[in-house]
Amino acid sequence: MTSSVGATTPARLRFDAPLALASGASIAGYELVYETYGTLSAARDNAVLVCHALNASHHVAGASSTDPDDVGWWDNMVGPGKPVDTDRFFVIGVNNLGSCFGSTGPMSANPATGRPYGPDFPVVTVEDWVRAQARLADALGIERFAAVMGGSLGGMQALAWSTLFPDRLRHCVAIATAPKLSAQNIAFNEVARRAILTDPDFHGGRFYDHGTVPARGLQVARMIGHITYLSDDTMAERFGRTLRRHVTDTALRDDYRFTFDVEFEIESYLRYQGEKFSRYFDANTYLLITRALDYFDPARAHGGDLAAALAPARCGFLVASFTTDWRFAPERSREIVAALLANRRRVTYAEIDAPHGHDAFLLDDPRYHALVRAYFDRIASEGAGAPAPARASAAGGVEVPA
Amino acid sequence: MSATAPDRARNGGAPRVTVHGPARNGLRPDLATIADWIAPGAHVLDLGCGDGALLDHLQRAKGCSGYGVEIDDAQVLACAHRGVDVIQRDIEAGLDMFAATRFDVVVLSMAIQATHRTERVLREMSRLGAEGIVSFPNFGHWTHAWSILKGRMPVSREMPFQWYDTPNLHLSTLKDFEDFLDRLGLAITRRGFLEDGRPVGWLPGLRCTQAIYSFRVR
Repeated sequence: MTSSVGATTPARLRFDAPLALASGASIAGYELVYETYGTLSAARDNAVLVCHALNASHHVAGASSTDPDDVGWWDNMVGPGKPVDTDRFFVIGVNNLGSCFGSTGPMSANPATGRPYGPDFPVVTVEDWVRAQARLADALGIERFAAVMGGSLGGMQALAWSTLFPDRLRHCVAIATAPKLSAQNIAFNEVARRAILTDPDFHGGRFYDHGTVPARGLQVARMIGHITYLSDDTMAERFGRTLRRHVTDTALRDDYRFTFDVEFEIESYLRYQGEKFSRYFDANTYLLITRALDYFDPARAHGGDLAAALAPARCGFLVASFTTDWRFAPERSREIVAALLANRRRVTYAEIDAPHGHDAFLLDDPRYHALVRAYFDRIASEGAGAPAPARASAAGGVEVPA
Repeated sequence: MSATAPDRARNGGAPRVTVHGPARNGLRPDLATIADWIAPGAHVLDLGCGDGALLDHLQRAKGCSGYGVEIDDAQVLACAHRGVDVIQRDIEAGLDMFAATRFDVVVLSMAIQATHRTERVLREMSRLGAEGIVSFPNFGHWTHAWSILKGRMPVSREMPFQWYDTPNLHLSTLKDFEDFLDRLGLAITRRGFLEDGRPVGWLPGLRCTQAIYSFRVR
């Protein structure tokens, strides 16, 4: 068994210079909360940035120093002796702008009013997050990452890094992600947002002032999201049509109650997930992050040509998908791979036969972890000062790889 | 001593073909010949690349670039360990991912006989690459003929399978294969014949165990 990075304490950095956002708005005097694990090498060439997905945070690995039960969301991936080995790599987790785990977001005080931003927090995009992350890298003295990695929405950030700052990363690791949301993906997000926006406790996003939380909306949002994270097979295996046993039951039930209360185990599970989520997640942040997902579409500015969108990328790529992921199915990853192949980028693509659906990227699958480990071994073995793995442009000649 | 080919069928099955003969440059004999034929700096696609040995050699010794395509999990991992870029895909599921790219050479080593839609695979190879190189076990080897004369389907060291459970579906002789290329409008640019890894000069149709062809669109 490998060990953990141990107790972690987040750090905080303030950025006074205004950050121009894709929407045309800008934000100044914002703060980002982050954690780091491992040691930055003297050459500052072993840094790995881990980008988080919808409901995660900067707390990637280890246990919080204030709450030992609060284990990082990718603790099985990042740590000493783990696939992203913190004995070799300096790993950074950062909470994105607009999130609700300490970085400036809708719950923070708007300097213009002294009250929480609420609905006035500017809509942010994946690219905005990446630019904010780049400023954090500047502040930490990291000119170039060994890798930028993420799963799902985190994978989109990693992809955006490869084109926005092509010289600032050697490798991009994009797992269980997509080059843009499908209509179906957006539809699920819209149902989640409507649940929040129509909750009477939402108060147009100013619920902080009313001392309420749109918990019902958040619960439904989380329930619908959660359905898309699991595969049909996982649900069938874990819950099937098993009936929920109530406290008053003395034996396993096999008859219906003929009510609309919780009847099946799956209902109980989803309600539990929803309730848990509504106790810690901010409703305005949920709106912002699902919108950032909707808007992500790097090919849009290139007439839908993803290869053209990814043309600036110079790094090597690891792209991985999971066979039972129907939220961001393997076909979506193959679109990314095809675009990278068209550009003659270095790319390894694995389609991992895991049963757990989209959630698989967070789980401890031996084939998946062995692959990530092998890829990071390669990143480490390229060593200090290794030349960029990128080759000449597709139109030009071919450089000798390192 | 013989170099065995870790050239596995889907999902970690038994090797389709076990290539005997001395390894050269750390490569299986047919792969060593293929490597000899590929120009320095070439952009190479290796279909059914196994553990990536050929591409690894080409990258290090000849400054080549490119990708392997492989379906088997363990082989994909082996490629990653070697630092060979691999795309996990069943080559018969189509190579649409490569539609917008072109290669100097597309290789299919000791796998064509295990393909279901052999003609389609060859057509895709000629579409994706300026040159194609195929190696395959020669079904016309004299021991096979002898076996059939004795009334039995051949079971050899190279292909130790019974007729009812073999992964090798589309076996051919050298003449059969040359006719096939001709029918597809492909011109042979080079031939190589090996018997247990050593070059065969005369009567290759009967004596070679592995045949290697390179071809271009006519």
